[in-house]
Amino acid sequence: MEAEQIEIAEFLGRYPPFSFLPEKTLNRVATSVEITYFRQGADVYRFGDEIHDLCVIRSGSIEIYRRNGNLYNRLSVGDVFGQLGLLMKNRIRLPSRALEDSLIYFIPEAVFNELCDNFEEFAYFVEIDDKRKMNKEVQQQREESALSSVKVSSLIVRQPVMISTDASIRQAALKMTHESVSSLLIVNEEAPLEDDGDCRNKLVGILTDRDLRTRVVAQGIDLDQPVSSVMTHSPKTLDKETYVFEAMLTMLRFNLHHLPVVENDEPLGVIAISDIVRYESKNSLFIVGLIHRQHTVEELITVSKDIQSCFVRMVHQESNAHMIGSAMSVIGRSFKQRLLEIAEEKLGPPPVPYCFLALGSMARDEQLLITDQDNALILSNEYDAAKHGEYFEALSEFVSEGLDKCGYPFCTGRIMATNPRWRKTITEWRECFADWIDHPNPDALLHSSVFFDLEGVYGKVEWAEDLYRFIVNRAKNSPKFLASLARNALLRTPPLGFFKEFVMEQDGEHRRTINLKRRGTAPLADLIRVHALAVGSTSRNSIDRLDDVIKAGILPDKRGQELKYAMEYLAMVRIRHQVEDVEESREPDNNIEPDTLSDIERRNLKEAFNVLSNSQRFLKYRYPFS
Amino acid sequence: MARVVDSFSWHEYLRQQAMDSQTSLLKEFFVSQDFPEDMTIDQAEFVALDFETTGLDPRNDEIVSIGLVPFTMQRIKVAKAKHWIVRPKCQLKDDSIVIHGITHSEIMNAPPIAEVLEEVIQELYGKIVVVHYRYIESEFLNSAVVRELGEEMWFPMVDTMHIEAQQHRSGWRCKLKRLLGGKLPSIRLVDSRLRYGLPRYHMHSAMTDAIATAELLQAQVRHRFPEETPVAQLWL
Repeated sequence: MEAEQIEIAEFLGRYPPFSFLPEKTLNRVATSVEITYFRQGADVYRFGDEIHDLCVIRSGSIEIYRRNGNLYNRLSVGDVFGQLGLLMKNRIRLPSRALEDSLIYFIPEAVFNELCDNFEEFAYFVEIDDKRKMNKEVQQQREESALSSVKVSSLIVRQPVMISTDASIRQAALKMTHESVSSLLIVNEEAPLEDDGDCRNKLVGILTDRDLRTRVVAQGIDLDQPVSSVMTHSPKTLDKETYVFEAMLTMLRFNLHHLPVVENDEPLGVIAISDIVRYESKNSLFIVGLIHRQHTVEELITVSKDIQSCFVRMVHQESNAHMIGSAMSVIGRSFKQRLLEIAEEKLGPPPVPYCFLALGSMARDEQLLITDQDNALILSNEYDAAKHGEYFEALSEFVSEGLDKCGYPFCTGRIMATNPRWRKTITEWRECFADWIDHPNPDALLHSSVFFDLEGVYGKVEWAEDLYRFIVNRAKNSPKFLASLARNALLRTPPLGFFKEFVMEQDGEHRRTINLKRRGTAPLADLIRVHALAVGSTSRNSIDRLDDVIKAGILPDKRGQELKYAMEYLAMVRIRHQVEDVEESREPDNNIEPDTLSDIERRNLKEAFNVLSNSQRFLKYRYPFS
Repeated sequence: MARVVDSFSWHEYLRQQAMDSQTSLLKEFFVSQDFPEDMTIDQAEFVALDFETTGLDPRNDEIVSIGLVPFTMQRIKVAKAKHWIVRPKCQLKDDSIVIHGITHSEIMNAPPIAEVLEEVIQELYGKIVVVHYRYIESEFLNSAVVRELGEEMWFPMVDTMHIEAQQHRSGWRCKLKRLLGGKLPSIRLVDSRLRYGLPRYHMHSAMTDAIATAELLQAQVRHRFPEETPVAQLWL
């Protein structure tokens, strides 16, 4: 008896283009499939192979390559591939390989042709499908470099060494000695949730060699005290799916040498900074380490010459925009930190505590090559201008000039700590933000939106977090403020004309170009900021903010994802353009010439601008200005 | 048929059966099962077979549905998959017997096994039968053949559960783990599949399970055996 394949039909029906098909057709398609399992790393099709099926990923993921071996796209469950080959004389142009163990459904060419003939939406999807193509372009930038494609779990070399919370410090030290480890995980054993028989070890703390030195020996603590009294509580952890790259960023950022890797709170192991160094000793981010080892501004200037080549290297390693933005921001922050340390050596310790703020793209982890310095100072409430003013003026001058020499030019709007207006005490900052939020005035806000992306980089960084929480809490409850911010976010429109043609600058030095920052990523960031503040998100990175916004569910279906793609795509085009400038010894800028782009790039760019344009329309409606 | 003893040879056995058998259906089947000894996994044609039964005792319980799908290491041919529902002679013991995805009225309107047995066996011609947990399929098939044709029908199968068991249930590590009260990984079809990244299926009909078994064998082979492994190595 012919068999029905309901399981397969149901699966297919969940994903486009099959979701466009009526049930009866779907059942017939399901009975026509052939299935093959591909082990991780196995070729599905090589270049030039004949192809006679449309492929659907049932499980796992597949990477599609260009002929030159560069990654073209990464697909996962429910995605289709092979349609290009079917439409092009049955030859594989883009070879494919299993990234994970994968199960593939093959739908015979005859069925594919029939579906294309009879179902317009199906045909449209496999033949054109712009949005996906944009997605592909974005994903194309994905990692070939080891650090950004390798997950931390693969660096774990041994089972985690753990001890229970009620153990003594002595027992902990003995265990570390026996196991010859420099860090120990402290866990609580929890009864199994379900009847799976296994106890779960919940990570509650970490103890390192350094802790034993500084918190135990140096303090003369009794060794029979419980280990929980000296451990670091709730340490930062990494999910096992984290990329090594992010692990490294976390370590650099929080100055950690050991990071536990967990799966659902349960420790899988620990990775140390030395594991990463061993893994790839010549990574571009070592520039950060270099910055922290320089002693004078002159030495820092020398290091800063490497930023451009580091940037270029990252792009060639096919890092994505998010990674590049984070890396450049970490580098920028490190310059500030080191300059402040040097300044304090020269000027003496600060008379009152302070927090040095990064504003704008650096705070958002979205810094690229050309970027001016936006910064400010939060001062302790004990600050007395008469007594301490001189010190902080000198400190700010030193840092600001140093940054300028290191390739972060002065901010033309004078949003810098050197400007006495932007050196305020904690209370003054709160009052300032409260005023902006409670009495919003679009004109005034126009110049201050950069303050709504702030991050502490040095000193009492927790003050910056407190301040940001204060801002978010106040902003989210102020429709009038959100509306003003939204109105400003609409001022810079994407460069698309009525017929969706590019609208280019008409005169001046940049004639026939489009400024991708001003007309693309900046208005996108503005727009995302409004939504983020509205949902009370304390994230600063645009992609993170979007995740929060998507979670809050205030956007129309799929709009959040589209915005993410658009952001990533526009940033990536900007980045590639800057790399080209550097490589051709031009001063990098944000002005791209659409005439020099390929058809696909032009189409994707329009698609991204279109997303921006639609989202701006939605913004107007969502935050009405009365 | 209990165990394969060292001196036992499937080839000899199959040849003997081919000669002794009185029905041409089985004679041809046995002839078709006598594969060249050096046939490799990648050359072989397989058919995954799965039964749903009224219970676990082949003497008293009966088959209610049969799913099969022919495949090779390259492709599982869903288009050639077959599925039968058959009406057992015994009444279904009670309504509480859950037979996945089949209603009682479907069973009542189904033909008895005698009417489909020939077609089923012909589907197995020239193909290596693959099952998950061989005792169900081999015992129930044999019982049905004995009942309907008056002959026995034993032949080698590839058992994906056995392959999992070898991996996870033998060796000193497992013994040690068991000794220490550790829990051994499950070798049920669903759990075995998850280890290879195969999807979880929601339906459990004989049809879906046959496809699931075929997929599992492809995965096991890709992970554990070189392509040129003689298929006889997997035979039980």
